[in-house]
Amino acid sequence: MRFGVVFFPGANAADCYYVIDQVIGHPVSPIQPDERELVGFDCIILPGGFSYGDYLRAGALAGATPVAEQIADFAEQGGLVLGIGNGFQILLNTGLLPGAMRRNENLRFRCHDVFLRVENSKTPFTNRYKQGEVIKYPIAHGEGNYYIDAEGLAQLEHNGQVVFRYCNEEGELVAAANPDGSVGNIAGICNVKGNVLGLMPHPERCSEEILGNTCGLRLFLSVLDWWGIHTQEGVMAHE
Amino acid sequence: MFEASVYVTLKKGILDPEGKAVKNSLSSMGYDQVEEVKTGRFFLLKLKAQDRATAEEELRQICEKLLVNVVLEDYTFELREVDR
Repeated sequence: MRFGVVFFPGANAADCYYVIDQVIGHPVSPIQPDERELVGFDCIILPGGFSYGDYLRAGALAGATPVAEQIADFAEQGGLVLGIGNGFQILLNTGLLPGAMRRNENLRFRCHDVFLRVENSKTPFTNRYKQGEVIKYPIAHGEGNYYIDAEGLAQLEHNGQVVFRYCNEEGELVAAANPDGSVGNIAGICNVKGNVLGLMPHPERCSEEILGNTCGLRLFLSVLDWWGIHTQEGVMAHE
Repeated sequence: MFEASVYVTLKKGILDPEGKAVKNSLSSMGYDQVEEVKTGRFFLLKLKAQDRATAEEELRQICEKLLVNVVLEDYTFELREVDR
């Protein structure tokens, strides 16, 4: 089982790469934006950051690269695709996930920890979390105000596609816990099949004890569990 | 050769926080007569095409595939035939 991390110019790909390569110690390869053939990958990560300077719209130009087309085929065939922050924006632009991102409601770039409620712990990315569990991840975005129309939202909820919602420490979905104005406090969604996940918060930035929080590590370990791979001792996130 | 002016605006009902912020600034500058500000985006493209119909069709594809986020935005364009 091999991870791939796409290195778009302006993205923070090295963070995701580091977590898989150094913290977990699992095979991972870099993927270039002009890649026209994806072979040997099982999970592809579109990292956070500001791909192509966020010119035009966040994630728009990355979504128009050759590798984006390959990733769409890969997802269609059931491959796991994880989009974090800017990666989520790219998945929305390519249509692999429904909806769109607007500027944060208060127009501020928000960079701090948030609490998230795990709304679906049955995906390949969240099976290490408990249903309804409250976890803490950092966010860092200016364009994370998720939008989908009422009909689309009803479909997401009906299909269990809402994976993470912003909440307070008690797990309540209050407006004050919503950092960007997202519809339904939505922080992360998956596609109908569950093999494509996009989320604005950054699990790779809370995957190591030295960072003071290992909540995010379980997202990556979930992927390994889903593949039936036992992770070595010493990288288990604290439960 | 054609030249196209493409105007992209937010769909009706989509919040425009930037427009609202600009409107508030104008109010604080004393321009109380401004009741609403909507922001948008403008593109000027030069494109080669055999004829007007082809140019229009290609432009529509360009808009919907890249320039415009059709979930949130509407667009219009004006197409002119120009010398190089």
